Amino acid sequence: MSTKNKFFISCEEAKHICDKTQYGEASFWEKVKLNVRLSWCRFTRAYSSNNNKLTKLMDKSKIDAIEQDKKAEMQRKLQEEMSKY
Amino acid sequence: MPNHQLDPNKWITLYADYLFNYTIVRVKDRETAQDLVQETFFAGLKSMANFKGEASERTWLISILKRKIIDYYRKINSKKGQAEVRINYNSDSESEGDWLEERVADGYDKNAEDQIQNEELGLAIEDCIDKLPEKQAKIFKMKTILGYDTETICNDLNITASNLWVIIHRARTALSGCLEQNWY
Repeated sequence: MSTKNKFFISCEEAKHICDKTQYGEASFWEKVKLNVRLSWCRFTRAYSSNNNKLTKLMDKSKIDAIEQDKKAEMQRKLQEEMSKY
Repeated sequence: MPNHQLDPNKWITLYADYLFNYTIVRVKDRETAQDLVQETFFAGLKSMANFKGEASERTWLISILKRKIIDYYRKINSKKGQAEVRINYNSDSESEGDWLEERVADGYDKNAEDQIQNEELGLAIEDCIDKLPEKQAKIFKMKTILGYDTETICNDLNITASNLWVIIHRARTALSGCLEQNWY
């Protein structure tokens, strides 16, 4: 791979790395490539800014969800109850 | 006027998390909140005949949940009332003129206001998640809210990691757009 290809990534790949960054799953090298792209591509910058904003809002809202297995149990109990009607 | 229908088979998938978020800020305990949501669905089944179809299914379930939450507080307050020693600040005449710091409202306490705003934000996010296709919503919640790792989700749902990231990407783009319209 040429040095150019190592540093310059497509917009799609940049968005993918940006998504991974939101979950702390991007590697150091991926973050370097993302930052190179962010320095010159305004579309990536706009996506990245919205993505960061969404992460911040999610954290701020303290939104919660029921665990998957608990939901399955709730569904089972509801089905049981439904069979009585 | 739209005539809404009830479909209890879909209640858990469509409304359990919304009702749970509505409850958890009011009762502060996960177990209790989950129990109240489950009881709401049971009560909903029982009173299905009373549903006139004027309100949406979710609004109707929320109205049942509100009553469940009030009942819950009535129950714990009546238990508390029996055990608690009540303190009356004004009963002792010798302490007349004492400055009772704890009775003064704290003007700098922004907690309540923040809490209300965060609850509204949480419900606005839930509203936007509700608009996503079912599979996208499920995967987004597992990854972002429940914090499951990529491998667990892929194994549970039998999808590849690249599938997962495509779904997460679509969900995040749609949510950003929805919140842009409804929140910012």
